[in-house]
Amino acid sequence: MGLLSKKDAKLITDPLADNNPITIQVLGICSALAITAELEASIVMSVSVLFVLGVGNVVISLMRNIIPSKIRIIVQLIVVATLVIIVDLVLKAFAYELSKTLSVFVGLIITNCIIMGRFEAFALGNSPWRSFLDGIGNAAGYGVILIIVGFFRELLGSGTLLGIPVLGDPIEKTGLYSIGYENNGFMLLSPMALIVVGIIIWVQRSRNKALIED
Amino acid sequence: MEHLELFLKSIFIDNMVFATFLGMCSYLAVSKKVTTAVGLGAAVIFVLAITVPLNWLLDQYLLQPGALAWLGAEYADYDLSFLSFIMFIATIATMVQLVEIVVEKFSPSLYNSLGIFLPLIAVNCAILGGSLFMQSREIATLGLATTYGVGSGIGWFLAILAIAAIREKIRYSNVPPALRGLGITFIITGLMAIGFMSFGGMLTGGDDEGQKEETKSAQVETLNDTETELANNTKVIE
Repeated sequence: MGLLSKKDAKLITDPLADNNPITIQVLGICSALAITAELEASIVMSVSVLFVLGVGNVVISLMRNIIPSKIRIIVQLIVVATLVIIVDLVLKAFAYELSKTLSVFVGLIITNCIIMGRFEAFALGNSPWRSFLDGIGNAAGYGVILIIVGFFRELLGSGTLLGIPVLGDPIEKTGLYSIGYENNGFMLLSPMALIVVGIIIWVQRSRNKALIED
Repeated sequence: MEHLELFLKSIFIDNMVFATFLGMCSYLAVSKKVTTAVGLGAAVIFVLAITVPLNWLLDQYLLQPGALAWLGAEYADYDLSFLSFIMFIATIATMVQLVEIVVEKFSPSLYNSLGIFLPLIAVNCAILGGSLFMQSREIATLGLATTYGVGSGIGWFLAILAIAAIREKIRYSNVPPALRGLGITFIITGLMAIGFMSFGGMLTGGDDEGQKEETKSAQVETLNDTETELANNTKVIE
């Protein structure tokens, strides 16, 4: 990559797999699980977090030398809250139905541990450009897991992807349904999100033995 | 009766961890030992019991459309609800700091057991989630808001206590290496959540269903989508 030095590129690629915020750092699970019953909601959530984390990291990084360390948590919360209000208003204006589905979980981006975690761990000690890359990388790592979970839950749970039926019509018994396949409605319930993430962690750690805990 | 119903509902049916996944980060990070889990759980109950009613007052008299009417007729059509995120989180952050200072001053022993967890709590999604759900479910009175806060806190406390106890035991089990630690915790939480779903039927069989329906319609909105989809699916299967 011409634009990015090797060190900078690592900031983006690392969180995608070996230092993934959800499966390795265990951050940001809260909002990750509740809204993944549909692929579309997962994608919108990922994009929202991408925006908040990217911009927020830059803002915090620019202010890092003037924030007194005692009140930094409140300053960080105010920055995130402002960005989240922007996201919330944009969603309400352009995708009202979706913002109903996401309901309080848009607001909960504020307390998404990924965001505070990255502010604390990275943006407070690095230049704006590097912080921006770090934010983008971590948000992308978060998004990847969200999209994988959303993909499987929607596909197995309702036989659709982004609301488009891909496995045939369950009422007319076409496609896969003609040979007796049935949707697994259980995938749409919240506990399955946890189990799907558990399985993703299992697969990832089986492939990369270095990540296994004691 | 209303209070008892909301109380049980917020502990078991709408359990913060198992139904809405709030506060998962600290739930996973601080559940390795029962003693620390109890400390954090107690702190969460404490803070929720304070912030939910406080944010209810803010919502009622400052943020809701028309809430400023008490200032005079010319303020009646103000709608500040877009500010609720920032107001809620500011209230929570300041309350947490305040509680920390007060507890440190008056009860050093309580401070020693809760102290390290209090700063963590400002960014615990369960706390902000409690206030946001309180707002979106349109809880009617200050008393009910307090009940809701305490109930949700106790629900969270139960959840972290249970998982901490299980994790202490599971150390002696033969878990596949790749699942050890985080992976198995996720799967156990999922199974516990399935267990908690069985509480769902607990409060549905009432006779004043129609009256309750109205207040509840807002409450169930968040889960509605999955539920209707599920209902459609079962219909299809039949």
